[in-house]
Amino acid sequence: MRPETEADLAEAIAAAKGPLSIQGGGTRGVRLDGDVVQTGGMHGITLYEPGSLTMVVRAGTPLSEVETALAAEGQRLAFEPMDHRGLMGTSGAPTIGGVVAANVSGPRRVSVGACRDFMLGVRFVDGAGTVVKNGGRVMKNVTGYDLVKLMTGSWGTLGVLTEVSLKVLPKPETAACVLIDNLSTPAAIDAMAKALSSPFEVSGAAHIPVGMDDAPVTMLRLEGFAGSVAYRAKEVAALFKDCAVRIEDNAEAVSKGWAWVRDVVPFYDAEGDVWKLSCTPSDAAALADQAGAQEVIFDWGGGLIWMRVGTGTDLRKRLGAFDGHATLVRGTGQPKFQPEPAALAVLSAGLRNKFDPKGILNAGLMG
Amino acid sequence: MEMPIPDASVLSRKAQIVARLQAVLPETTIISDEMETRAYECDALTAYKCPPLAVVLPATTQEVAATLKVCHELGVPVVPRGSGTSLAGGALPTADCVMIGVARMNDVLETDYDNRFIRVQTGRTNLSVTGAVEEDGFFYAPDPSSQLACAIAGNIAMNSGGAHCLKYGVTTNNLMGVTLVQMDGTIMEIGGKHLDAAGYDLLGLICGSEGQLGIVTEATLRILPKPEGARPVLMGFDSNEVAGACVADIIKAGVLPVAIEFMDRPCIEATEAFAKAGYPMCEALLIVEVEGSDAEIDEQLALILEIARRHNPVELREAKDADEAGRIWLGRKSAFGAMGQINDYMCLDGTIPVSELPYVLRRIGEMSKEYGLDVANVFHAGDGNMHPLILFDANKEGDLELCEAFGADILRLCVEVGGCLTGEHGVGIEKRDLMTDQFAPADLEAQMAVKDVFDPAWLLNPAKVFPLAVSESRRSVALAAE
Repeated sequence: MRPETEADLAEAIAAAKGPLSIQGGGTRGVRLDGDVVQTGGMHGITLYEPGSLTMVVRAGTPLSEVETALAAEGQRLAFEPMDHRGLMGTSGAPTIGGVVAANVSGPRRVSVGACRDFMLGVRFVDGAGTVVKNGGRVMKNVTGYDLVKLMTGSWGTLGVLTEVSLKVLPKPETAACVLIDNLSTPAAIDAMAKALSSPFEVSGAAHIPVGMDDAPVTMLRLEGFAGSVAYRAKEVAALFKDCAVRIEDNAEAVSKGWAWVRDVVPFYDAEGDVWKLSCTPSDAAALADQAGAQEVIFDWGGGLIWMRVGTGTDLRKRLGAFDGHATLVRGTGQPKFQPEPAALAVLSAGLRNKFDPKGILNAGLMG
Repeated sequence: MEMPIPDASVLSRKAQIVARLQAVLPETTIISDEMETRAYECDALTAYKCPPLAVVLPATTQEVAATLKVCHELGVPVVPRGSGTSLAGGALPTADCVMIGVARMNDVLETDYDNRFIRVQTGRTNLSVTGAVEEDGFFYAPDPSSQLACAIAGNIAMNSGGAHCLKYGVTTNNLMGVTLVQMDGTIMEIGGKHLDAAGYDLLGLICGSEGQLGIVTEATLRILPKPEGARPVLMGFDSNEVAGACVADIIKAGVLPVAIEFMDRPCIEATEAFAKAGYPMCEALLIVEVEGSDAEIDEQLALILEIARRHNPVELREAKDADEAGRIWLGRKSAFGAMGQINDYMCLDGTIPVSELPYVLRRIGEMSKEYGLDVANVFHAGDGNMHPLILFDANKEGDLELCEAFGADILRLCVEVGGCLTGEHGVGIEKRDLMTDQFAPADLEAQMAVKDVFDPAWLLNPAKVFPLAVSESRRSVALAAE
């Protein structure tokens, strides 16, 4: 089904007897049992106030449409959502609802926050067919419980998003990247910690053990007004004067390099499962060793590790207990999400039962 | 504000309840003497007072769990308390409650600069979190005005903000993990030393839940490197509209100041009389602060001043040194104190879309005349979070009620223009009965369903957030189940 309005969607869910598989653009490779509910019919930007840094948009709106509208006013989604198509081998157009449902955030997550940190409000239809709204369109709001956060990253299992309200930010004038060559992984993690602990507002910190030139490269991004970026790039480079350090100040090249990290381009045509680890940065090097991965990329200063491993590998077993969690992004042999500790699983199941009493929304996903 | 009738069966069992608590807790953690419990009868919303049945001041997470377990078994409501600085009555006790105060739990448990977090017990005050890391060049970003006194526990419960959240966000954006004790005494860890907790965003749900889902005893907080420097400018305008337009233009130009503060004429006059900061007498005043190195600050301020000049300011004042910067902030920081000198006041916290600023200020001015009560506006303009201060005389019969009615009308106005009832103070009892103005029954039902999951017996801070009539069936079921 492809409802055109929130009311139609509510009616359809209220009447549904069996499982429903919720789909935005279908680019994230999640397809569950049941009738497919496409959100693309609920489409369009309903409000955009650049002076208030706010956009309200229907969930089925393509991400590209959102980004084009923002770019016209010199603004952007600061959390830098990745495009999953290349990695997952999917086609279609990612929707803003899909981005929110999966809490998709890119390299800038380490400095400005995740998708959930830019979410101001939601409208959704729960599993009983009831329309619910929470939050709003203002930047500070503690009125009642924050169901906006709960819905963000709940992968359509608690309700189908119909409209989201986002905080947007100005697009900086320019960007530069400090590049350090040939660091070992532990040295790169230390370097990123040092850069992120400096006052120079590093907005991206990634390490690629096998970079574009087949050698390790550590990337530190600076964004802002031209004078400020030039100053900070120099200061950050000076922190690593004993290393092979250089500054890339061509904004277009910088943007390309970070899109390459964001979309995990090196893994595109390579065989195997792809996992995403959220961890304590200082544990990253040891975790990567333990995983025995064929290929890794460190983002978020080491707080995010992309890993490519053999098909069907039980990575969680290999890693054992660690502070963080592992998500299977591409592959099918293991549960997609990290199993929760018992006490938390009880709460999650309780919430799911309240919001989707018939158990029909993306059944089988998230525990 | 109405509070539920205390449960007579709980009141009559006071001796038994205290004895059960004494059996599981060190003697010194329990206060049950009526004279002593009075110290906990209110928070910063002092118009409402009620001593609790007993107060427990635990020193550890285990003691919090033991207390909750006893209360859960005996069906006794629990009201959590941080430092008691809530302006919304979030920590107002009921006569039949055991109050759990976390003030004794104020240790720093772990500081980790490589991973940029600090883990603290939640009784620690907001400012002393920064105090623990500032010598090493770090700070904790949320900075509510009460930061000298307010506890992290309360910050998490109310999702506190502050003057600098335009750039750094509020508590929920700076919280990585918590130790939460549920009403039945279950201790759980949510999140940790990594970004984005697994599963549903329970961390986001707990933050701002006003102590109704559990008691947070420990928190892992994100810390940030201190900027190289910061500098404010002060601008005066001859109308609120022009000041509002200037704010929108600054934001649209791509500068992201760390703070944009707004004061209107009544507020300027009051603070000038009180603090003598040398503010210009005009209709609206903005303080805009930016951060970075000296050269970066110069670059940003040049742009901001250029925008300001386009709006024909009556005053533009740059700070040449720390002393001048201090004077620019002096009036703003003394605003609440200045109002308190004039009379009693009630501080509101509605948030509006920035574009509605001129209309809302005009309407507040009109309502002020209708109610016959003066009001001054001081607020965070960058994010639309208003703090109208309504002046009244607590000793004058009916004045508090009149002030509350005026406040309610202002908050309804905020909702009407697309905003909300509270931006950073929380609902508590103060805005509880206005929730139906912002939310439809289904919206409130969805929120209450969350409490049903975390606290099925509705024992934790039960008389807050939701209008009593709306939550009544849930609270009375809990009562009947005893």
